[in-house]
Amino acid sequence: MADESLYQEIILDHYRNPHHKGLRDPYDVEVHHVNPTCGDEVTLRVRVADGVVSDVSYDGQGCSISQASTSVMTDLVIGRAVDEAMKTSEAFLALMQSRGQLEPDEDVLEDGIAFAGVSRYPARVKCALLGWMAWKDATAQAVAASSGGAA
Amino acid sequence: MTALVDAGLAPYDVEVVRADFPVLARTVSGHPLVYLDNASSSQKPRQVLDAEREFVEQHYSNVHRGVHTLSQEATDAYEAARTTVATFLGASDPHEVVFTKNATEAYNLVAYSFGNAAAGSRFSVGPGDEVCVTEMEHHSNLVPWQMLCERTGATLRWIPLTDDGRLDLTDLDTLVNERTKVLAFVHVSNILGTENPVDVLVARAREVGAFTLLDGAQSAPHQVVDVQRLGVDFFVLTGHKMLAPSGVGVLWGRKELLDAMPPFLGGGSMIEVVQMSGSTYAPAPERFEAGTPVISQAVALAAACDYLSALGLDRVAAHEQALTGRLLDGLHALDGVSVIGPATTESRGAAVSFAIEGVHPHDIGQSLDELGIAVRVGHHCAAPVCRRYGVPATTRASSYLYNTAGEVDALLEGIATVQRFWRR
Repeated sequence: MADESLYQEIILDHYRNPHHKGLRDPYDVEVHHVNPTCGDEVTLRVRVADGVVSDVSYDGQGCSISQASTSVMTDLVIGRAVDEAMKTSEAFLALMQSRGQLEPDEDVLEDGIAFAGVSRYPARVKCALLGWMAWKDATAQAVAASSGGAA
Repeated sequence: MTALVDAGLAPYDVEVVRADFPVLARTVSGHPLVYLDNASSSQKPRQVLDAEREFVEQHYSNVHRGVHTLSQEATDAYEAARTTVATFLGASDPHEVVFTKNATEAYNLVAYSFGNAAAGSRFSVGPGDEVCVTEMEHHSNLVPWQMLCERTGATLRWIPLTDDGRLDLTDLDTLVNERTKVLAFVHVSNILGTENPVDVLVARAREVGAFTLLDGAQSAPHQVVDVQRLGVDFFVLTGHKMLAPSGVGVLWGRKELLDAMPPFLGGGSMIEVVQMSGSTYAPAPERFEAGTPVISQAVALAAACDYLSALGLDRVAAHEQALTGRLLDGLHALDGVSVIGPATTESRGAAVSFAIEGVHPHDIGQSLDELGIAVRVGHHCAAPVCRRYGVPATTRASSYLYNTAGEVDALLEGIATVQRFWRR
């Protein structure tokens, strides 16, 4: 099939064997995000301890791109400082919005570079961002709650 | 061809039809385009494009407003379009045809008009009243009624579905009862393909004095519609699914009802006398066409009706039924593929939803696009139907008058290719 630039082997691997999948305790915040155009959805939990993303767990249904992207995301943020993980998230967002014009940095995005081809398919960018946006939302809420602000 | 001969109809030359649609000659991803997303929107023939262009180039002006020549010619063309649509629908009076921007506006028009009716009026909806829809409605014929019920305190009820994609009419007499103000339902489902038994539903609505609204967005493009024979009070279609441009839809309603219903949108053209203290309203259809209407799109819609009438919608329906049968047979023969909706062509339109075990619809659609095949994936603005059948989304192939048996075969081969790719 000619679409292997979109469906990279790394993406297919994460889709078939997703990392960190399944909802776990303990957690600080749980969010539920949906993609209203296709019905894909993810329920995601975040645990933040001492400024570090100590765990991310999730469950959901969706296409290969959304499921694989969420799996890659967990690898990239779990165990990282929140600030550092947020920067990675921004790098992934920039890649997705690049319409194929950005050379991804493997040191920052690791397996995430496999999604570079997705940025050329505007209809699929939302799929790739579903899990990332859920994580960002949940983490921001967890940080706000722990710093005494209103969650 | 056999189906046509069996039905006593002249042969249908699909290649002649295809020649009218320039886009069908293009390629996608290096393959000939196979356009099977017609339930979403159809392609446009030269005749429709030419009619719109000729109107805009030679006769365009605003309508109902001027004494100059172009204004008169534009008004004549616009009103002639209304007459053409009325004839197309078997309506007795062109004034029963209201041009809207799409089908969605038409449902909202009726729902808001009823919501604007004074308490005690025959149209008023309030606490204790009920609105009944079906579980297979497109969001456009569901959400406006939910909103009406929220605003007025009325109760929304719905007719559920059977496992094989039909309406479950077991409790029809309870669901449509003396409290029912409106029964709004889809003629042919955009996601399941099901054609509903209009006669049964209309008969029950009449017993209890409920108004009936039929969503014809997926029927009017594909089969002969006669609103008088259907016996409904309101019928809705949209132009872009039946060879016309986007931006024009139609609400047909019985004149006696349209003339008595309160307006929806206020503004120019829909008035009789305007004073600072208040206004009176024009009769239908002007009452429901506030502001400058969709002029050139209405002219193009009339050209689309003429195109369909000349081709013969009975022949189109027979052609599509043959394609649908071929597709259903092919899907049933594939391992790991299931059809969501009626399994045969019996009381069924051309939209066919299916699932491939282990492959998400988004990935199916993307992989088929690589083969030049355009299908729709998602919930098709009928999310409750997906929920009912336990799927997040479906893949839907929907053929139209220009599709061929070869294209159906290309889709079936494409599905087999998709299965090989995702199972490796």
